[in-house]
Amino acid sequence: MNLKKLNIENKKIRDLIPQALTVLALVSVIIYFASNAQINMGNRGISFGFGFLNQEASFDITFSMIEYDGSHSYGRAFLVGLLNTILVSVIGIFFATIIGVIVGISRLSDNYLIAKVAEWYVEIFRNIPLILQIFFWYFAALRALPLPENGINFYDISFLTIKGWYVPKFLWINFNIFLLSIIAAFISIYFINSYATKQREQFGKQLPTTIISLALLILLPLITFLVFGVSLTFEYPVLKQLSPTVFTYEGGVSIIPELIALALALSMYTATFIAENVRAGILGVSKGQKEAAASIGLNKNQILKLVVMPQALRIIIPPTTNQYLNLTKNSSLAAAIAYPDIVLVFAGTALMQTGRAIEIISITMLTYLTLSISISIFMNWYNKKMAIKEK
Amino acid sequence: MNLIAKPSKNNIKTYVPIGLSLVSLSFLDVFVNAFFDYNLMIFLPSQLSYFLPLLLGFIGFYLIRIELSGIHYLDILNKNINSNNFNALLTLLTIFIIIKSIPPMLDWFILEANFIGNSKEDCTGNGACWVFIKVWFNRFMYGLYPDAEQWRINTAFLILFVIVGASFFVSEKLKKYFILFLIFVFPFLGIKLISGGSFGLEYVESAAWGGLSLTFIISAFAILFCFPIGVILALGRRSSLPAIKYISIGFIELWRGVPLITVLFMSAVMFPMFLPDGTFIDKLIRVLIAITLFEAAYMAEVVRGGLQALPKGQYEAARSLGMGYWKMNFLIILPQALKLVIPGIANTLLALVKDTPLIFVVGLMELAGMIGLAKTNPKWLGMAMEGYVFAGLVFWIICYAMSRYSQNLEKKLSTER
Repeated sequence: MNLKKLNIENKKIRDLIPQALTVLALVSVIIYFASNAQINMGNRGISFGFGFLNQEASFDITFSMIEYDGSHSYGRAFLVGLLNTILVSVIGIFFATIIGVIVGISRLSDNYLIAKVAEWYVEIFRNIPLILQIFFWYFAALRALPLPENGINFYDISFLTIKGWYVPKFLWINFNIFLLSIIAAFISIYFINSYATKQREQFGKQLPTTIISLALLILLPLITFLVFGVSLTFEYPVLKQLSPTVFTYEGGVSIIPELIALALALSMYTATFIAENVRAGILGVSKGQKEAAASIGLNKNQILKLVVMPQALRIIIPPTTNQYLNLTKNSSLAAAIAYPDIVLVFAGTALMQTGRAIEIISITMLTYLTLSISISIFMNWYNKKMAIKEK
Repeated sequence: MNLIAKPSKNNIKTYVPIGLSLVSLSFLDVFVNAFFDYNLMIFLPSQLSYFLPLLLGFIGFYLIRIELSGIHYLDILNKNINSNNFNALLTLLTIFIIIKSIPPMLDWFILEANFIGNSKEDCTGNGACWVFIKVWFNRFMYGLYPDAEQWRINTAFLILFVIVGASFFVSEKLKKYFILFLIFVFPFLGIKLISGGSFGLEYVESAAWGGLSLTFIISAFAILFCFPIGVILALGRRSSLPAIKYISIGFIELWRGVPLITVLFMSAVMFPMFLPDGTFIDKLIRVLIAITLFEAAYMAEVVRGGLQALPKGQYEAARSLGMGYWKMNFLIILPQALKLVIPGIANTLLALVKDTPLIFVVGLMELAGMIGLAKTNPKWLGMAMEGYVFAGLVFWIICYAMSRYSQNLEKKLSTER
């Protein structure tokens, strides 16, 4: 009895010692670093704090989605950088998904040539460092574009030049109503679909939901144009001569080459990983599932939609979300070609000006960390929801 | 009537020759157009002659699509590239694009490229200026390392290759010592040889290191250190001791949640603030620590995957033999778990190699950085394309070889359960 008790206590102590040592080591390292940092900052006459975020930034940013100039604060500059990061990530994710799905499906094509081409696409773009691809597009490919005066002309609407891609600007009137109509369309589609599911499950009736949904999605916004006074006009870019040799485009929206190069490289690189996920997902659905579906009389489209895709998506989505996260983190390579993302604007220019290394690097890292952790939490929730519920 | 009948075994004798000649004609047209810039169908209206090859090829493919024709090669052809109209169209488009893109590529890479000369002025053709690569090759490989001392880098790598090569041929027992030497002795010997400062070797500061050799040095050291740290972190995350578990989780998630570039920024501008005033740690070492810790976190997650995949019985069996925690992990669990995750480990190492160009952030220049330096040289402006194509090719060969090797290793080590 006594011996057993001693043994348990022994185990408790045995467990406690390594833990205590680890914590102690960690705490002492932190204290050591913190005290050094305090001394160093004291020597340089700066004190730790985030007050500088309200100070005037007094530097310009080449590309901004919100109003910004030098007179705004560092906090605002941070926001501009963050928005630019989000912009390039969203564009990258959009195109990476499209290319990735196409390439992934092509790799499984029964056409030998298509499958081979897709395979080589993956092999080539996956095995070249992303930063080199960004450099290639920015310094080599896009620099080969013509000057503004003989830019590549797309039907007088849009112009591709060395200074960027000029596209028409959308000028909306009553944009809110249009937006509301689209939201309304989606809500009604949701209800119609759930009604159709009910009808199918209860009475075995098949409703043409696809056609109804499409019609709603087109008709509702169209009605707002006709009835509620929504209108859309375009402002086209126009070539303008500044001096005998210098030309530029006025009007429209200019998409800067940094953004094009970054979005291109990010989406083509990430697409290779997404393609592999898609391929693995589709291959992961066992053949028996397809055969079983065919044997109960489903046609090819139904098999794909009702049997293969739901199972494949369960395999595809988790790693693909991871790739989206990677793409967002990789967008920080923007700093290499001076695209004003959060790293360049905040951890670059703002840090050089204020010298507040600890605060600024911490904020930048925390921003990315928040993004990653929130996506991880979402993924865990999604995995739990999608996991096969075994009876 | 017979002409528009569906292709079948009955009319195989007329359809296949006609179909094949139509397909060949369409390829010939595109080929002549691409290589000799001459349009065979010039007598036709321009719109029609543009789409004619596609049309001819499509009809041709339709005519030869005969199921179970009895001709072996025709069946293979039909099955692989011509199974239906859509596939035929895709096949045609793919082949046309490939044929069309060969001549410009060939021109740029070889035919109109310049190989001979010493300066930009020698590049007169329209193609690539490989003179650029030739002149700068030494810098691309060794960075700013003094020319006279480059034999040291060569020797270090030569020793590495010889030992690695030799370890394939020696007996199992000797192999163990070779590997121990490679892991515990060689890295420090090699770095001493390259940095110098003693044994009569001239000291070369790390700021002068660069080029592809720096890529290899950083990759090799980071791989060497990130692996054990990753394994320990993975074990820590699976530990039953809460303090160790949560510290491991926090550490792993911290590194995995931020981009490498911010970690490098941190090592460059934030880390010196945490050290006592006056302490100076070499830039290269700081970068190495940053990359190692960063990749170790990814490695930990890969290893954890392997640990989780092992059946519980393995742990229980090891315990029942009376093994302690470390003995159990190193003799029973890890050998099996690591074997399971070889693809993941290879991917992490591959990512590490692909991440090395990022060290430009702190001012170190490996291959991509040296190209950035060379292309801004006033004498060599406008050479970005050649430089990045070259760098891309070099990295591609390295990474492709690594991924192929890992695939082979995986096959070799896979054991049936």
